[in-house]
Amino acid sequence: MEDIKQRIKISKYWNGIFWIIGFLSTLVGLVLLLVLMIDLFMDGAPRLSYKFFTSFPSRFPEEAGILSAWVGSFLVLLVTAGAAIPLGVAAGIYLEEYARKNWVTDIIEINIANLAGVPSIVYGLLALGLFVYLLKFGETILTAGLTLALLILPMVIMATREGIRAIPGSIREASYALGATKWQTVRWHIIPYSMGGILTGIIIGLSRAIGETAPIITVGALTFIAFLPASPVTSEFPFISFKWLMDPFTVMPIQMFNWVSRPQKAFQLNAAAAGIVLMGMTLLMNGVAIYIRYKFRKKIRW
Amino acid sequence: MVKEPIKAESKNLDFYYGNLQALKNVSLQIQERKITALIGPSGCGKTTYLRCFNRMHDLYPHNKYHGEIILYPDQINIISPGVDPIEIRMRISMVFQKPNPFPKSIFENVAYGLRVRGISNRSMLSEKVEKSLRSAALWDEIKDRLHLPAFDLSGGQQQRLCIARALATDPEILLFDEPTSALDPIATGKIEELIMGLQEHVTILIVTHNMQQAARISDFTAFMYLGELVEFGVTDSLFVNPQNKLTEEYITGRFG
Repeated sequence: MEDIKQRIKISKYWNGIFWIIGFLSTLVGLVLLLVLMIDLFMDGAPRLSYKFFTSFPSRFPEEAGILSAWVGSFLVLLVTAGAAIPLGVAAGIYLEEYARKNWVTDIIEINIANLAGVPSIVYGLLALGLFVYLLKFGETILTAGLTLALLILPMVIMATREGIRAIPGSIREASYALGATKWQTVRWHIIPYSMGGILTGIIIGLSRAIGETAPIITVGALTFIAFLPASPVTSEFPFISFKWLMDPFTVMPIQMFNWVSRPQKAFQLNAAAAGIVLMGMTLLMNGVAIYIRYKFRKKIRW
Repeated sequence: MVKEPIKAESKNLDFYYGNLQALKNVSLQIQERKITALIGPSGCGKTTYLRCFNRMHDLYPHNKYHGEIILYPDQINIISPGVDPIEIRMRISMVFQKPNPFPKSIFENVAYGLRVRGISNRSMLSEKVEKSLRSAALWDEIKDRLHLPAFDLSGGQQQRLCIARALATDPEILLFDEPTSALDPIATGKIEELIMGLQEHVTILIVTHNMQQAARISDFTAFMYLGELVEFGVTDSLFVNPQNKLTEEYITGRFG
């Protein structure tokens, strides 16, 4: 009897030890993140103002703003979403619903998983060769958007496949048993029911894309730009213009990089302020992703 | 019992999952507007046999059919590779073991088979949906709730909804794969009553793990064992006076 009590005591002792190790490890992550954020806020928050969003970069740190940077980021993301969503979702659906399961699809599957882990600068090099030199898109928003689309394509494909896999086979069988074709089943069931997972994947992909710097520098974004791309909306028929696709641009992280590399302290503060904005954008997108997932989970039960 | 014309007939049907033979030489005649029950222990091939009738096996790779299932009156071979499984599924509906409504509204669940056929006229859909829900004895319970999600219904109601969904397209044969195995006794009773009423309009083939259920509702019973058809006959005589030793042992509960 005593023996057992002794045994339990030792076991509980080790249990307690791990509790402490685990708690401290969690704390390290949390505290570091908190310190980082507080530091960023202390430096950058005073610079945040309406003017900061509506001014171009400038030689004078107090007058410099992020107008060209956030407009650039926004337009680049627009191209990224426009390219990555249809390609990624269609590829995911094809692989999951249409493709025969054999060694070819196995290899494709492994490759897609690996592509998600390729360093982003390698995508930049690929894009430089393909979009800038071969297809002659130039150092433009189009090139940058397509580059980031390539980068997040594996994520979109995998999110689509996972969303589709969560649909029970009985739902598919119910649809086919009523005489539906594959496409009817995909359109009326597979896409709507996996939409929550797909959208979440897309938004998380885009929120990664918005912070990417290396591939955008590789394809030749400008670091200092004091004009906006052509407006996508025009006053004349047909009211939409695509001239902006071929304009030079900068994006948020590059603007930050530019400011950080200046010797003056005031520019560093600008960088911190831009960092807050960028982080806010990412958090907002992730929040939207979580909300969408929650909404769809609530709506769809099996 | 009045002899009805034959609606479908399997002749020397073999079925393989890859290299595994699941059905061996099954020949069976299914009479029109009668209820034919398939009974047998788990793994005897009764569900496999049922799923041949609407070519569900085509959805998965490595499945092979040999033999024939002739559908009357036009005498097409259901399992011939030249016959489009989609056409077969439009003529032969199925109700599954577990209720599997779509995560859509009650209305859209029933209307789905019609939408698949390209019908989008609102009044036509409404008319058909009402008729099917009435046939499935569900209309009075849910007529004010047609636009609520199907998952708000109870398990038994969901299964009757699935029956309504299968009926909406006026099938020639209705396949049931253990439709009450996931339901409580009261819901089961309602479904059995419903199935018995349906035979006036449609030929029914039902798989059941429950011998009493087969005895209660079916006109004919087929006993299957290890992928083979052991005995087939009028339900009353098969249960009272089985010809085969195995059948007798199974229905008296000595194995299974």
